[in-house]
Amino acid sequence: MSGQHTDSIDAAGNGLLHRRFFLKTGALAATALMTAQSSARDRPAWMNAPGKGMSAAGEPSQYEKHVKRLAASRPGTTGSGASRSPLEHLEGIITPSRLHFERHHSGIPEIDPGQHRLALFGEVARPLSFSAEDLCRYPLVSNIQFLECSGNSGAMIAPSPVENSCSILHGLVSGSEWSGVPLALLLDEAGIKASGKWIIASGADSARMSRSIPLSKIYDDAIIALYQNGERLRPGNGYPMRLFLPGWEGNASVKWLKTLQVTDQPAMTKDETSKYSDLGETGKAELFTFDMGVKSLITSPSPGLDLDRQGLYQISGIAWSGAGRIKKVEVSTDGGSSWADAHLDAQPLPKSLTRFRAAWRWQGGQSVLLSRATDEVGQVQPTRAQVMKGRAPGSFYHYNGIQAWQVQTDGKLRNVYV
Amino acid sequence: MFKQLTAFSIIGLSVLGLAGMAATTPELGRKLTDTDLDSLDVAILPDGQGLPQGQGTAAEGKPVYAVHCASCHGVEGMDGLHDRLAGGVGSISSSRPVKTLGSYWPYATTVFDYVRRAMPFHFPGSLSDDEVYAVTAYLLFLNGIVDESRVLSQTSLPEVKMPNQGNFFWRSFEAEARP
Ligand code: HEC
Repeated sequence: MSGQHTDSIDAAGNGLLHRRFFLKTGALAATALMTAQSSARDRPAWMNAPGKGMSAAGEPSQYEKHVKRLAASRPGTTGSGASRSPLEHLEGIITPSRLHFERHHSGIPEIDPGQHRLALFGEVARPLSFSAEDLCRYPLVSNIQFLECSGNSGAMIAPSPVENSCSILHGLVSGSEWSGVPLALLLDEAGIKASGKWIIASGADSARMSRSIPLSKIYDDAIIALYQNGERLRPGNGYPMRLFLPGWEGNASVKWLKTLQVTDQPAMTKDETSKYSDLGETGKAELFTFDMGVKSLITSPSPGLDLDRQGLYQISGIAWSGAGRIKKVEVSTDGGSSWADAHLDAQPLPKSLTRFRAAWRWQGGQSVLLSRATDEVGQVQPTRAQVMKGRAPGSFYHYNGIQAWQVQTDGKLRNVYV
Repeated sequence: MFKQLTAFSIIGLSVLGLAGMAATTPELGRKLTDTDLDSLDVAILPDGQGLPQGQGTAAEGKPVYAVHCASCHGVEGMDGLHDRLAGGVGSISSSRPVKTLGSYWPYATTVFDYVRRAMPFHFPGSLSDDEVYAVTAYLLFLNGIVDESRVLSQTSLPEVKMPNQGNFFWRSFEAEARP
């Protein structure tokens, strides 16, 4: 705005700077972002004696206890509900496994892998069974990919904006490196009959969660995941094995995978008809809407991570698309009057979270922060109004609208509709 | 080193990209026998495939529901702590859609399949197949879809036409089913 900022390159209105700003002027950015430094003359206590010894597994710092999942179950049940990733406290594109979101329909089974078998049967020449150890000997593939519940961001359909944090509103998405066996290999081993068109996957939880998956997806990129972020799956994410369908709604990636039945038709299970179906305002409902749309989200700043003074801030967020790679993320700090391209970390990976960043000089005024993603097939993230068009009231699955955070003059942020 | 890596990634690609060709795998799948599957492992399909033997009526299902279900789903499937199971007919295209078995669910077989696999919530699998047929009949009766004495079984359940079935659609995946 004023002459004092001639070192920066304004990229859009309200103090939004060029995406390369931080890269060019790292030192300047660092001072503005740094929190208060200790100026103690004495050495801190932890430098005066040897620290703790080694341990079998690491834990986060005791000062990071506030970084946790937000879990809620239905009344009277312990295991029908969800826990949400604390997105606003995380960076990069990998969610630590202990903070990966979870959605269960009847709790987390404690499966003894020695007793667990995956049964593959139905329209196949040779019905087969596999243990997790068997599957670990197959050629594995590893990919960094996102998983999102199709109910994620469902609170955004509320007629007036719900005042809540980024993780409560949008925390049913996470990113991991998933390693497992391409399911096509097992189907080839069993020999699919010509009548086989769908595969019914069900889990070994007490709800026996089950979903019908078209074979086309299985041959495209479905895996039976055995590892997440380098270690065997955690119980909450399907130990000892889960289906993983990149880019598709999380519910279809059946955890604790127990059966795969090849059929000529979908089973029309409760979780693909009564639930996870998309009702339109005319009363028509669409089934099997598996693809997760193109989406992005500013995770910082966001409600709870309020601005404490004017100056330079890094806007950081995640973008993803079930159709492939993120091509571009644009950011606005003036409610959409002007936009600038954000910087994308590294090379965006297909069906993965992509981290984006932008530099912004907050001048103390009321501002509205937005991000808008475009993917490699040309899909552009829709506005809230566009997502809501044609939906029945209460129809909350597959919400991928542009998120708006309003920055108030006191530096507090809140969820708003624009 | 570099050459080895390249060779390895080519093998990796061929495993994935040419799924139609016999890939080299250890082929560790064991022959599955009928005893490897438990009674709930076989999916129940809308045309009735997979339905077990047994039968029941709404009259028989009413006491089953009262004992095992009403505490969570309410008397007559309404006003319970958990999902509403009855009523709401005609509301689906209104400004206040109420999704229930009668107003929304496309297939009667789904009711049987889901209750048999997952309900009652704390004791799934505890009802006999006759009881599941009976409680399914009772839920359909509460929704005005069958009368109290209609016997539901392997053959008659798939014949029950759910009122909202015509309002569902999905895109075809079959054209691309094979590599
Ligand atoms: C302890 C409480 C409890 C009891 C008892 C119970 N249910 Fe449920 N029911 C639930 C919960 C919780 C869900 C949702 C589960 C989920 O998250 O998928 C549910 C879901 C259902 C659904 C699916 C509803 C929908 O619209 O998708 C049906 C049908 C159902 N129950 C039938 C029954 C029947 C029949 C019985 C008795 C045999 C029964 N339930 C007993 C708690 C209960």
